[in-house]
Amino acid sequence: MQQPGRAAEIKANGIGKSFGSFRALDNLSLDIGRGEFLTLLGPSGSGKTTFLMILAGFVQPSEGKLFSDGVDITNRPAEQRAAGMVFQGYALFPHMSVEQNIAFPLKVRKKSASEIKQRVGEMIERVGLKGHEKKLPAQLSGGQQQRVALARALVFEPGVLLLDEPFSALDKSLRGQMQAEMKRLHQETGTTFVFVTHDQSEALALSSRVAIFNHGKLLQVGRPDEVYDRPANRFVAEFLGEINMLPVKGVRPADNGATGLCEDRAVNMRCKAETIKGDAILAIRPEDMSIAPEASVNQNGIAATAVASTYLGAATKLDLTTRQGAKVTVSVPNEVAAAALSKGNSVWLTWPAEKGFLLPDGEQ
Amino acid sequence: MRGTLSDRTGAALLMAPLLLFLILAYAWPFLGVVKWSFTLPTPGLGQYHALLTDDLVQSVFIRTLRIAAIVTVVSVTAAYAITVVWVRGSPVQRVVAEFCILVPFWISVLTRAFGWVALLSNRGLINTWLQSIGFISEPLTLVRNEFGVIVGMSHFLIPFAVFPLASAMRSLDERVLLAARGLGSSRMRTFWTVFVPMTRSGIIGSALITFVFSLGFFVTPAILGGGRSVMIAELIYLRIFQSPDWGLGAAISVVLVVFVGALMALLFRYVKPKQLV
Repeated sequence: MQQPGRAAEIKANGIGKSFGSFRALDNLSLDIGRGEFLTLLGPSGSGKTTFLMILAGFVQPSEGKLFSDGVDITNRPAEQRAAGMVFQGYALFPHMSVEQNIAFPLKVRKKSASEIKQRVGEMIERVGLKGHEKKLPAQLSGGQQQRVALARALVFEPGVLLLDEPFSALDKSLRGQMQAEMKRLHQETGTTFVFVTHDQSEALALSSRVAIFNHGKLLQVGRPDEVYDRPANRFVAEFLGEINMLPVKGVRPADNGATGLCEDRAVNMRCKAETIKGDAILAIRPEDMSIAPEASVNQNGIAATAVASTYLGAATKLDLTTRQGAKVTVSVPNEVAAAALSKGNSVWLTWPAEKGFLLPDGEQ
Repeated sequence: MRGTLSDRTGAALLMAPLLLFLILAYAWPFLGVVKWSFTLPTPGLGQYHALLTDDLVQSVFIRTLRIAAIVTVVSVTAAYAITVVWVRGSPVQRVVAEFCILVPFWISVLTRAFGWVALLSNRGLINTWLQSIGFISEPLTLVRNEFGVIVGMSHFLIPFAVFPLASAMRSLDERVLLAARGLGSSRMRTFWTVFVPMTRSGIIGSALITFVFSLGFFVTPAILGGGRSVMIAELIYLRIFQSPDWGLGAAISVVLVVFVGALMALLFRYVKPKQLV
């Protein structure tokens, strides 16, 4: 239906936006590649939605330039940008049937009646709404409304599809189903997708790249595994998922990485420490730590006491406190957790040197 | 309906005086009017038969319906424009619109009717001005005819037509309008194909209220019509107070009340009472 070459390439250059004295977006520069699935992730008020609205043309940036395929579109009104958009709450036309909703962008573009009929028919088939053509949005379930919104935004083959928290109103199982469907639509259409969410697991599952926002600033852009495994700072590290923070003293470069003292025990790290000297924070994901029967000289490890456990089905989440009082969470097999708790709660926590990364001490 | 039983009992108690007043001062006397319509001057359906055959009564009925229809179209259209500015305009525009909507409520219907006479009469402001700039040589007949009645009634009814429209426009999801624009629709097209259809319930409510009010107008048509554009309420007045023909006056009243009642029933099928304020 769409040649991948038609997907748009977007370049944001020093975009800023102030609402009165509130700085919603600050000096944002970002390249969005042709056909990419980029997620804008951040807490509410972080600027991600403002940026999406600027991309759509509904909000005018206070400064900076926006280019689409090399053309400056900063001052181009929304109706001439031809970006497909799916809103939070879908924003379907309540007085139009499913068919009429999907036909709307084609009618606006003055397509012939036969072309409209054909393309709307194809789109309805593609999003699985056959048999619902004549229904009004109010007669549809949340998931079906979502499909109408997607179909309406994609039917005119826009160069870019903008999605503003489209799944926030759906229950969990339906959300997973719609996510899979959206991934399929992205592959089929080849269109550039820009997706806004505050749900980190959704962002990691769907995107080719994730852009993380906080307080109006773009903190990091990268592939899901890049931002998850090598976050640029503490905020990104914590926002993307649970993470343990262990103070490390006397950090200095060593063979293949760095070394330092964690709870008076030498630890080795593969991550680079050029910019970090002295005291630092070692950040490690819960799934990268494990519980060992006893201390081993060759392995990083500290002593800890199990204080609580949460059964998660496939694994158990174990909350521990280290000797020096740091709180640590690990995700371990259920039987390991049971054993740890039965053994007087005192355990040995270990992690491989390749895992974890150093953050400057005291940084927020 | 929300609230506990005691809340509802409380609400009922608070409403009771109004209900009682309506029964004593309106419903009960009206039953007397219904009785007259079947008994004066002789018992039977004679007055209702007269209603269907009397040319004068028929022409007044038709004129009333015609004026009410025109006034409804004029008022709802004007009110729609004002309401768009009031609900969606800039802060300054909103204040100005609100002022224009509320001020008429502070001026009595009589004052306003005479104000229009001063503006529209042969030697009124409008004719004098048009003559002074040489646009016309003879004064236009703007008052003591149907035109004057329509102008005066529309002026009175526009503020009432505003509220159901404002309620509909306020409850409209802004994102739907953004969606239309984002899909490539011009502002004009968005207005006609999305905004107007989405305020349909407001338009129906506004039109029915205006129409129902128009049917019962008395003072404005009496003054601005100058006896040449008699509407139904004035006809009832004439039958009761001037030519003592109480039976016919009563029969016309009954027909009017039944007709208005039917329209109100229709109105509340489309809009909830709280959407009208």
